[in-house]
Amino acid sequence: MSISNTTTIGAIDAPSRRNTELLLLVFAVAIAVFAYLNVGLALDGKVPSGVLGYALGLAALAGVAHLVVRKFARYADPLLLPLATLLNGIGLVFIWRLDQSQRLIHLAKISYGHFTPSAPKQMLYSAIGVALFVAVLLLLKDHRVLQRYTYVSMFVALVLLIAPVFFPAQFGARIWIRIPGFGSLQPGEFAKIIIAIFFSGYLMVKRDALALASRRFMGIYLPRGRDLGPILVIWALSILILVFETDLGTSLLFFGLFVVMLYVATERTSWIVFGLLMSAVGAVGVATFEPHVQARVTAWLDPFGCYKTSGSCQQIGDALMSFGSGGTLGTGLGQGNSDLIGFAANADFILSTVGEELGLAGTMAILLCYGLIVERGIRTALAARDPFGKLLAVGLSSGFAIQVFVVAGGVMGLIPLTGMTLPFMAYGGSSVLANWALIGILIRISDTARRPAPAPAPSPDAEMTQVVRP
Amino acid sequence: MNKPLRRIAIFCGILVLALLVRENWLGYVKADDLNTNAFNKRPTIERYSHPPGNIIVDGKPITGAVKTDSTYYKYKQTWKNGAMWAPVTGYSSQVYGSNELEKIDEGILSGTDPRLFFDRQVSMFTGKQQKGGDVVTTLNADAQKAAYDGLKGKKGAAVAIDPTTGKILALASTPSYDPSTFAAGTTSDEKAWKSLHSDKDQPMLNRALRQTYPPGSTFKLVTSAAALETGKVTDVDAKTDSPLPYIMPGTTTPLKNEGNLPCKDATLRLALTVSCNSVFGHLGVEIGDDAMVKEAKKFGFNAEQFVPVRAAASVFPTDINKSQVALSSIGQFNTRTTPLQMAMVASAIANDGKLMKPYMVDELRSPGLDVIDKTQPKQMSQPLSPENAQKLQSMMESVVNDPQGTGHNAKISGATVGGKTGTAQNGVDNSGKPYAWFVSYAKVHNSSPVAVAVVVEDSKANRDDISGGGLAAPVAKDVMKAVINSGK
Repeated sequence: MSISNTTTIGAIDAPSRRNTELLLLVFAVAIAVFAYLNVGLALDGKVPSGVLGYALGLAALAGVAHLVVRKFARYADPLLLPLATLLNGIGLVFIWRLDQSQRLIHLAKISYGHFTPSAPKQMLYSAIGVALFVAVLLLLKDHRVLQRYTYVSMFVALVLLIAPVFFPAQFGARIWIRIPGFGSLQPGEFAKIIIAIFFSGYLMVKRDALALASRRFMGIYLPRGRDLGPILVIWALSILILVFETDLGTSLLFFGLFVVMLYVATERTSWIVFGLLMSAVGAVGVATFEPHVQARVTAWLDPFGCYKTSGSCQQIGDALMSFGSGGTLGTGLGQGNSDLIGFAANADFILSTVGEELGLAGTMAILLCYGLIVERGIRTALAARDPFGKLLAVGLSSGFAIQVFVVAGGVMGLIPLTGMTLPFMAYGGSSVLANWALIGILIRISDTARRPAPAPAPSPDAEMTQVVRP
Repeated sequence: MNKPLRRIAIFCGILVLALLVRENWLGYVKADDLNTNAFNKRPTIERYSHPPGNIIVDGKPITGAVKTDSTYYKYKQTWKNGAMWAPVTGYSSQVYGSNELEKIDEGILSGTDPRLFFDRQVSMFTGKQQKGGDVVTTLNADAQKAAYDGLKGKKGAAVAIDPTTGKILALASTPSYDPSTFAAGTTSDEKAWKSLHSDKDQPMLNRALRQTYPPGSTFKLVTSAAALETGKVTDVDAKTDSPLPYIMPGTTTPLKNEGNLPCKDATLRLALTVSCNSVFGHLGVEIGDDAMVKEAKKFGFNAEQFVPVRAAASVFPTDINKSQVALSSIGQFNTRTTPLQMAMVASAIANDGKLMKPYMVDELRSPGLDVIDKTQPKQMSQPLSPENAQKLQSMMESVVNDPQGTGHNAKISGATVGGKTGTAQNGVDNSGKPYAWFVSYAKVHNSSPVAVAVVVEDSKANRDDISGGGLAAPVAKDVMKAVINSGK
């Protein structure tokens, strides 16, 4: 650790910024409620009947979260909670808006025989998510406790990642586990956090060995063979995920996360080079024999070339047209045709609805909100006083960033589309729960980081030197 | 550990920046491309989200709209007597797009035309449903019905024009199709669309505008006009120097007449009345290809016409040898015309030599019934001097009235009718069934309200029975009568 970080720790009592957070929260809830009203007015021409329930529900969630932070994480970053609340609130509005699409209702009816609205369920998931957030803050008094569970985390993460292999694929990807009577769960979302804990614990211990014991070759430092082991294992694991679960997104996320954390821990650029090379080899290798991945790549290269023949191309083509038709200011909430995308319009493709109905301006605002969460997370890492906290914070934030990039980039046709959810906005319980937990951990780390250092114990040296005269 | 952290912060910043740049690319730079993409359903959804305006004939709409239960398109367009009007309106389908008038004036009908900007703003502020404007046509419902009924069961087309203005009064093509059958996107619509396309009778072909036929003897009107205009013939009742049999230059083949006709040195009037191939073939060679082409072009040949629907270009061949000129001058060889073109020929003659530009859209109206655009009659050319036009008129009247004439069937009491029959050979060595033509105009009180061209192809009758006078003339007569009666 360098010495420069002492500058970010205030020696004197730092302002807690809790009132800033409260103000921002009020603002976030107000924006979401206004959006809800707007959708109702646009679709039915009258104030929607559920607006009061929605407003009170969201305000209650935000209020509880705020009070818990105020009490148990007094010095936490004031932006994280309002940003998460805003995104979750707006996400609910969009899901509710798509619930009212006659096209999607019709589609659900002819496909499944019935239609169930998603917004009430998502509201419930959000409540459970906030409960999880509260639980993290209550139970996790110090994030360093997690360090004890390094290898347990590894085991749990592996189980979570491998579990979907034993369940049938849905929508072309094997990323769900189905629990009868409960529903399905996307374990990858939780594995993201748990594996970050494992990496942090592991790298904190091994970083010196990885950083120092290396040979110099052609200007870069090559790690020793036995130190290469872990990265090879993770690489192999992500390739396996890709092959057996056909889940490009999760595979990319884990490998990216690991490379970033390895780089931060060792400060060796060579790991980045290695990481990029290995992911390139892995991606090209898998893409040559995995038809599902191939279809995605084809759709990415020219969605309109294969629009008529391939469902993948049609989805991405429809998403692109959504963004295009939004223009600068969008069609206005409730007035777009993003429901043409059909299935997953409120999940993986929810950003298309943002693009169409809020336009360039709204989408950029949403993306900047994600950018701010990531930025606050990395700031937390900078401010953290312990290497484990630094690694965990940067792992969680960069994982979050990669996830946003992978899903938003996929939907916008910047990279091949992968099955991932947009944190907080997309419909899906696992995603909402996991991301609220992630914010909880970041808030805990930032609280520890910004908490004023305990007053130095009175040092005997500081006392007046007693001169003993003989 | 902070240096790599800062770099990671920059890296994450770049990821977000890449997304922002991409969003700008899609939402701003590529927005127009994406919005006009052929796969984009939004323009169609928008178009059918409110009832379109109507196409109007004689003050009554011939199109309409009904609400559908589709989750994509709220309304679908309907047609009244669609098969009769299809050659005029074209189709407009939620899935298969639109054509002809429905396509050309789509902006007005759907309300998206820039000229309707003000109406759109008004409906936006008053909260009223947006509506499309109307397209008022020049057509005459009675004439259209007469043409369509006359052609029913046959394969053919009829075009009627008001010679004094160029207004198209009738535009029929059979067999036809009903655009209502595939206006939506259901499976039955798809079935209708597919069966129309696989039908070997080509019901979706607009024969009046888009099909060219050899004009046969009706082209002798153009040859006569050229002879008069070039001064090769000045007195239509003077004997011409026409050999019989006429051996075409450079060949040993005589240009035969249909039967034993008194064509040797026949007057121009007689030659037209009994339809002498030998006289007009000889005359065409005398006039020469260049002068023939020049005259044909004045009538509108060798160029596409826009009424405003595109009509195929009729052809009079250029750069050909003398025997080919002889054949072309009697409407064979490579001479081909659309029914619209022959109606234009008749209309120029009837209008004392002035060819008015044919058109079928009279007015475009906003939803508030304000006239946005009105078509003014416009002279297109002057293929004949008034004197020569009158000479040709009297010749055409002989065709109908002279006992030897081929066009008795078109006689109308109370009106002066001039016409010309044609029986065009078709296919290599006459293998195909001939096309029966009749081209005519009617005059009441020295002014002509209607000129008409009718073609009937592939009739079920046998070859001998096919002649312009027998098959096509009665249809032309009914159309002319309908126009005359509706003008009363």
